[in-house]
Amino acid sequence: MSEATLTGAFTSGTVMISGHGGASIEAYTSQVADPAPRGGVVVIHHLPGYDDATKEIVRRFGHLGYNAVMPNLYWHDAPGAAPDDAAAAGRAKGGIPDDRLVGDVAGAAEYLRALPNSNGKVGVIGYCSGGRQSVLAACSLPLDAAVDCYGAFVTGDPSSVQGHPMRNITALYDKLPDLHCPLLGLFGADDHYPSPEHVEELEQLLAKYGKSFEPHSYEGAGHAFFMVERPAFRPEAAKDGWERIAAFFGKHLS
Amino acid sequence: MCTYITENIDVTGSGKGAEGWFALTEGTVYFDHPVHADAEHTLNIDLRNPGRGPGARVAVELTADAARALAEAILKTLDAVPADLLEPPAPARAA
Repeated sequence: MSEATLTGAFTSGTVMISGHGGASIEAYTSQVADPAPRGGVVVIHHLPGYDDATKEIVRRFGHLGYNAVMPNLYWHDAPGAAPDDAAAAGRAKGGIPDDRLVGDVAGAAEYLRALPNSNGKVGVIGYCSGGRQSVLAACSLPLDAAVDCYGAFVTGDPSSVQGHPMRNITALYDKLPDLHCPLLGLFGADDHYPSPEHVEELEQLLAKYGKSFEPHSYEGAGHAFFMVERPAFRPEAAKDGWERIAAFFGKHLS
Repeated sequence: MCTYITENIDVTGSGKGAEGWFALTEGTVYFDHPVHADAEHTLNIDLRNPGRGPGARVAVELTADAARALAEAILKTLDAVPADLLEPPAPARAA
């Protein structure tokens, strides 16, 4: 290798991809320069939107050697708007419909499979509301691996939170028998949504259905412990979590 | 968690956004992760006019204590206003 050779390079930027119903939607991608075949990762952002913190996660997957793409799930509601304005518009309409989410993840997965250095395998990862959506996608689409980072209401009762009705959101009990791929779950032991009881229920159900599930709960961590710019950030849990994600995708997407 | 808890209301009035003043038509109130505030969750208010595009929005992200203080201040202020000032304008009558 010469001194001028750049290794480990990846390019990140915004593209348009085909989403739910064939609609053209915005997405943020990191693509590895090395032509050797590799897996891809669909990143699902949290309910507040297609933000800088989640774009940083997409770039992290490029650094780890994966092609990655994050569809802007609010593009349908407000195409071309600033991400926070689009999230507000989506929220006012009642949030992201499950079928639309599945369509957007399907389009993102196809985008990754069509890249010249794709090995045909695609995983999905989501954070917070995206954790639930990652499981939903893995139950609905032929994906190869899925990671749920503290997604509420995979199990549990969304009909009330502190007595308040939750709209447009359902648990995934009826979907879990259809889980297509191994699932890694990363949770905070101090989280209430999902609580340790919710995680235990998920573990029991997936064992009953004969599904591969690796749950890990971190003591001293609550919800959103990966978010480096938030008070909830827990460095030890986030560091260990990233190592588990790398090992999990390394095993199932190679 | 992303709470999904959302209240939608109709709004009459005006707000000042990134491009100046505009008429408001609706509001959304929710408790969730903020975009900017230094807190894990905040009470978020969007006052919007979707007819003018998604950018026609006045947004605040308040801590729960600040949001309660604001709500109480609003109600205290309205309670102190003479009732006749709160009635809608009477329709114009023919002379």
